[in-house]
Amino acid sequence: MADYYEKKDLVDFPLIVEDAKEAGEKFFAYYSQATSAGLLSEREKTLIALAVAATQHCPYCIDAYTNKCLSLGISRQEMMEAVHTGAAMQAGVTLAHATQMRKICTQKEM
Amino acid sequence: MTGFDEKLRQVSRFPLLAKAIDIFQMNVGKRCNLQCRHCHVQATPAHRELMSAETFSACAKIIENNSFSTVDITGGAPEMNPHLDEFLQGIARKGRRTIVRSNLVILVEKSYRKFIDIYEKNGIEIIASLPDPRREKTDRQRGDGFFQSFIDIVHELNLRGYGREGSGLVLNLVHNPVGAYLPASQPALESEYRRRMSAEQQAFFNHLFCITNMPIGRFLTYLNQSGNLTEYWQTLENAFNPGTVENLMCRNTISIDWTGALFDCDFNQVLELPVNHGLPAHVSGFDLDSLQQRLIRTGDHCYGCTAGLGSSCQGELAASE
Ligand code: SF4
Ligand code: SF4
Repeated sequence: MADYYEKKDLVDFPLIVEDAKEAGEKFFAYYSQATSAGLLSEREKTLIALAVAATQHCPYCIDAYTNKCLSLGISRQEMMEAVHTGAAMQAGVTLAHATQMRKICTQKEM
Repeated sequence: MTGFDEKLRQVSRFPLLAKAIDIFQMNVGKRCNLQCRHCHVQATPAHRELMSAETFSACAKIIENNSFSTVDITGGAPEMNPHLDEFLQGIARKGRRTIVRSNLVILVEKSYRKFIDIYEKNGIEIIASLPDPRREKTDRQRGDGFFQSFIDIVHELNLRGYGREGSGLVLNLVHNPVGAYLPASQPALESEYRRRMSAEQQAFFNHLFCITNMPIGRFLTYLNQSGNLTEYWQTLENAFNPGTVENLMCRNTISIDWTGALFDCDFNQVLELPVNHGLPAHVSGFDLDSLQQRLIRTGDHCYGCTAGLGSSCQGELAASE
């Protein structure tokens, strides 16, 4: 294996359908519907996708959704706000788990 | 990279043929009051290449003898051609839909203000490029102060009825990306432009056209210098959409340069690729029958027209999903 995470890998993504056709096609249909404008606008959904991509550390999705944000005329300051929302959520999710820790401590400690 | 012609072959669309001539596009000169960073014509204030009165009248004669639906005038800044005024008045009398692609800010200058009246009086449709509805981004591409002058003129045009429903006076805007990426879908960008323009600038327009930056001219230099060239070509090729081929603008347009030479489109003008149909490629030998079924001179730059939902002087080519 030469390199992990190469930009050109992304071109192969649609071809995952070749190995499990029905599931692949269903996934892409779902993906396309879930990321297109609905009650939420394309801008809103693209910012959500960017924040998720950053929190999940996916270089492909960060690339794809940063480009899509640029295409939609979303400024880098707006993108940064979205990433901060994701970062804050991750911090919040981590800290909210401290309640479990606290609950166990409270129960176990004399 | 797969060559564009090969790509057309793969989807059984090679060779590309014209279908008709519906739009008569005239580039009336390379002189412009601006020097935008993305300009594919590489226009400057110093250019001396301007369409002559003789070429204008040869074009007027062709327009009169044929039933093109639209006359589309571009440049440079078309207003800097001294024969434009007379030509527009002549065309307007014939009731032909006429578009002028203006950068608008030229209309701030005293000697060009008269064109606001000329456009209004003759019902000229105006198409003006605004890369972004935010001041900072637009000024980065077009130069400091551009945005404010542009908005000032849009306000004046709005007062005359341009951009207002029911007035019959049309002001359309053009978006092109401020950098090495493709434009998003027209409806999404149009609603964002409309929201910002009305709320932040109290400025109004009819429609927004999205145009992909072509990797030629000054934009090519930018791609090269910024290290984006290879990736931009790849992005264009990956985004090739066979659904755009049917409506490519060269298939219903003929494009005339300032000397009267004939081209498939404005981009082929810049690349100095005149029409290739075996007849004189000049207005003096204009022959509708052969031109409207001519072979288009395609090349790799054509990927700029077929990416995503496609791109033309009238915006997107394929229907959004
Ligand atoms: S892009 Fe248009 S306004 Fe800008 S320099 Fe070129 S011709 Fe002039
Ligand atoms: S650049 Fe576009 S309009 Fe011009 S010949 Fe190629 S496909 Fe046609």
